Formats: sequence, structure tokens, C-alpha cells
Amino acid sequence: MIPGSYFFILSVILFILGVIAFFVKRDLITQFLSIEVMLNAGNLAFIAFARALNSLHGQVIVFFIITVAAAEAAVGLAIILLIFRQKKTIKSEDMNLMKG
Amino acid sequence: MAHFLFFLLAIVCVGAVVGMIFSRNQAYNALLLVLAFAALGGIFGLLSAPFIAVVQIIIYAGAIMVLFIFVIMMINLREGIPPEKKKWTIYLSAVLAFILIVELILAARGSFQALTGPGGEEIASPKALGKLLFTEYLYPFEITSILIIAALVGAIILVKKKEEE
Repeated sequence: MIPGSYFFILSVILFILGVIAFFVKRDLITQFLSIEVMLNAGNLAFIAFARALNSLHGQVIVFFIITVAAAEAAVGLAIILLIFRQKKTIKSEDMNLMKG
Repeated sequence: MAHFLFFLLAIVCVGAVVGMIFSRNQAYNALLLVLAFAALGGIFGLLSAPFIAVVQIIIYAGAIMVLFIFVIMMINLREGIPPEKKKWTIYLSAVLAFILIVELILAARGSFQALTGPGGEEIASPKALGKLLFTEYLYPFEITSILIIAALVGAIILVKKKEEE
């Protein structure tokens, strides 16, 4: 049987990769994708702990996280589409309306 | 056998995310993430969570990523994303990521003890999960359905074109 710490380390690695991708990438869609990677790293940690503690509650939480991620993806992509219609770009550097 | 499967899926998953960092094409990025999420679904299966594994593959690798690919098709940048001009942000992100990894390891050191234990061996059946979802978590479940409706209506209102123009 695989120890739970392996899964936990994998989740930490995925979260860090998501953070790096979020900072390195410059277009909104890829940054949004890296947020999804971070959410999934959280899911993996939840399920690893659910098995280690022998409880089902972690899996229920993951179910809710996936639902909320679906709603978030719908609204976020709608906002990205609106930004593209107005500014004809999705580079995050060009989102400078609030720059002083 | 289980170890081999775990390392195979973990390498596929991490490799796909690293590939996303180095690729410039958004459509490839989305497809690489489909691969990563499908591999993650397999890992959930290894963690004796079959229902969550199936949900992960159907909803994440299926529905959500298809939504992303549709939006990438609609945006359809002709010239692609130009290479980064500001190199210092990359170094800054590397430093921040290193700090974050140290922080996470320090914060999680205590919980490694709990994780190295034998843990639950039995498969968490969808039946038990459904029972928990519809008894103890009934109110969160209903609130989630309201959230989905609100997100749906919000997304449609946001992207709707004005008729009078």
C-alpha cells in the first residue's frame, strides 16, 4: 500500500507548479488554467487525508470543490470573453485600467 | 504494482503541468491539462475514492476543459502570445515559489505523522458517499445547486450581446 505522504508531496508539487505557472504566464486563459491546477492540488490533499484518517468527509468536500470550480470556470471564462471583446487582447499586462 | 501505477500517473501529471509552463500555445495548454487531470483521476482511484475519480474525469477533464477549449476557439489569437519581455518576473516567481515550498513543508511537517499511518484500506463506496451527502451535507448540497444556477445565469447575462446595438 502506498503511504499517504507520497500523495501529499505530489499535491504540494502540483500546487507549487500552479503558482509558478500563474506568475510566469502572461495570458489570462493560461493563468486561469493554473488556478485549476492549484484547486486540484487541494483536492488531492483532501482525498489523501480522507484516506489516512479513514473518513468520508474529505471526499464530500472534494465533491463540493469540483462543483464550485465548475461554476467559477463558467463565470471566469465569461469575464475573459468580455475582456477580449472590449480590448481585443487577453494579455494580463494590458489590463491596466486601474493603473495610476 | 500500485507503486508503479502511482509513479507513472504522478510523472504524467507533473510532466503535463511542466509542459504547460513551457508551451506557448493555449490550445496545447488546455489539452495538456486534460491529460494532467485524467492522470489525477487515476490517482484518486488509487486512493480508494472511485466516485471522486469518475467525477474528476467526467467533470474536470471532460466538461470544464471543453469549456476552456471552446473559449480558446472563440478568442483565436492569430499571432499567438509574444515572448515575455520582463525576465525579472520569472526570477521573482522562482524565488517566491521556493519560499512557498519551504513554508508548505514546514507547515505540513506535523501532518506527515498522521499520513504515514496505515489508514483506511476499504473502498469508499458511492453508496456511503451519497448517504453522507444527502443527510449530513444536505444544506450545503442544496446551496451548491443555487450557486450553479446563479453562475449559469451570470455567465449568460455577462456574455449576452446587447440587442439594441
